[in-house]
Amino acid sequence: MYQIDENKVTRKKKRNQKFVFFLFGAMGYFVVALLVLILTFIIYKGASAISWDFITKMPEEGMTKGGIFPAIIGTLCLVAGSMLFAFPIGVLAAIYMNEYVKDGFIKKFIKQMTNNLAGIPSIVFGLFGMSLFVNKLGFGDSILAGSLTLGLLALPVVIRTTEEALKAVDNTFRQASIGLGASKWQTTRRVVLPIAFPNIITGLILSVGRVSGETAPILFTVAAYFLPKLPTSIFDQAMALPYHLYVISTSGTNIEESRPIAYGTALVLVIIVLFTNLLANGLRKYFSKKVKMN
Amino acid sequence: MFKLESKNVDVFYGSSQALKNVNIEIQNNTVTALIGPSGCGKSTYLRLFNRMNDLIDGIKIDGQVLIDGQDIYAKGVNVDILRKRVGMVFQKPNPFPKTIFENVAYGLRVNGVKDENFIRERVETSIKQVVLWDEVKDKMKRSAFELSGGQQQRLCIARAMAIEPSIILMDEPTSALDPISTSKIEELIHELKSKFTIVIVTHNMQQAARVSDKTAFFYLGELVEYGETKQIFTNPKQEKTQNYITGRFG
Repeated sequence: MYQIDENKVTRKKKRNQKFVFFLFGAMGYFVVALLVLILTFIIYKGASAISWDFITKMPEEGMTKGGIFPAIIGTLCLVAGSMLFAFPIGVLAAIYMNEYVKDGFIKKFIKQMTNNLAGIPSIVFGLFGMSLFVNKLGFGDSILAGSLTLGLLALPVVIRTTEEALKAVDNTFRQASIGLGASKWQTTRRVVLPIAFPNIITGLILSVGRVSGETAPILFTVAAYFLPKLPTSIFDQAMALPYHLYVISTSGTNIEESRPIAYGTALVLVIIVLFTNLLANGLRKYFSKKVKMN
Repeated sequence: MFKLESKNVDVFYGSSQALKNVNIEIQNNTVTALIGPSGCGKSTYLRLFNRMNDLIDGIKIDGQVLIDGQDIYAKGVNVDILRKRVGMVFQKPNPFPKTIFENVAYGLRVNGVKDENFIRERVETSIKQVVLWDEVKDKMKRSAFELSGGQQQRLCIARAMAIEPSIILMDEPTSALDPISTSKIEELIHELKSKFTIVIVTHNMQQAARVSDKTAFFYLGELVEYGETKQIFTNPKQEKTQNYITGRFG
């Protein structure tokens, strides 16, 4: 037999619990505080630069005055282009992997390769994009080359989020459909995809947020240092927000004078990312409701 | 001729054997209960009849499984058509995220039925057969998720019946339901017997005794005993069966 001092044990338990909760809580709030700090900093520094002219005008006087309109348009073009490339390929590949390939070597291999693709530093994508799209395929520094490079970067994200969305669909839905004599494709199209759709959309939009802020992949494939006109075709160069920010902070004509514009640019970029995330949330909620009814 | 029959069936998942030399003959328009402790192979056995096991990677099936005297694992058997003849109801009610109407119409649509009048008729008949019509007739265009668990399960049975199978497989159909919904499903099984051959997996011994004509007791992949339900529950021939139904193990 052994004796237990119950009061002592209880006290100790309580003390440990309090300590651990405090630690976890502190970390949680630390993260929130960090985010709030960054946002406040950027808003504080950038808000004064933001005006209607700022987002609708060309840069002026060596990018120390004027707006960032071409960079906004450039970024929007690049995001749209990269998603046109990455969405279909990524979603189809994920469907193939999750619904069709049997467990085994090939599936593991494809999965490992997608994960590796996600781990490649973005500057390497940039270099690869330059060598393949810009030089070899002869697209030149262009929106097309930049979009494809960004698309490559987004591909593993799209594949993974789509796969997660498909995996989250309960297997008995598939079995019920198959059990009624439906083919695999009918099951995928009529049952699995509608259920997974809200989560797929969310993943896709989150990857938009990711792509819109990337600098390295567009560095050698599309981004123009200074180009005060809008692109007219996919073979034109374009300015882009993250690169513009980089340029006026490191190698502009007058770095000190263009500081406010840099913060303004950063703020616009952050707003775009926040907005896409909000949109992702909203769409997921909307489609989750809708999916029960079709 | 028997409606369902298995001859010397062995099933392997990779290197482990899930069923060992199972022989069962099932008459037309009867209810057969498959009982046994978890992992005994009863669900695997049930899923042989609509080849649902085919979806599992690395499964191997030996022996013969016959429906109406035809080997359903023979070469050249169209699995989609086979599955049309064999309906299935699952453990958890799993209506599709569609309207009540479209849930029941689904089987017809994927099998190429285009005639909307016919579909409407079949949907109505099926829902009436599961005694759900009065509860849902005014909300056919509403989501099936708005129904209660018991209603959802009856809808799933209607969904399986809409394509007019001759066999219905039920995999613990009431394990997620409350007692009242359970007794409704059991009543339903009684009524459906005249039209279908039903095989039901259940963990609930009383349920097996209440609904079935014949009972098969599985243990560790082997068919220990198969016979009239009355005999199994009152006078089992095997000691293992006796121990299981009296709750001494399992």
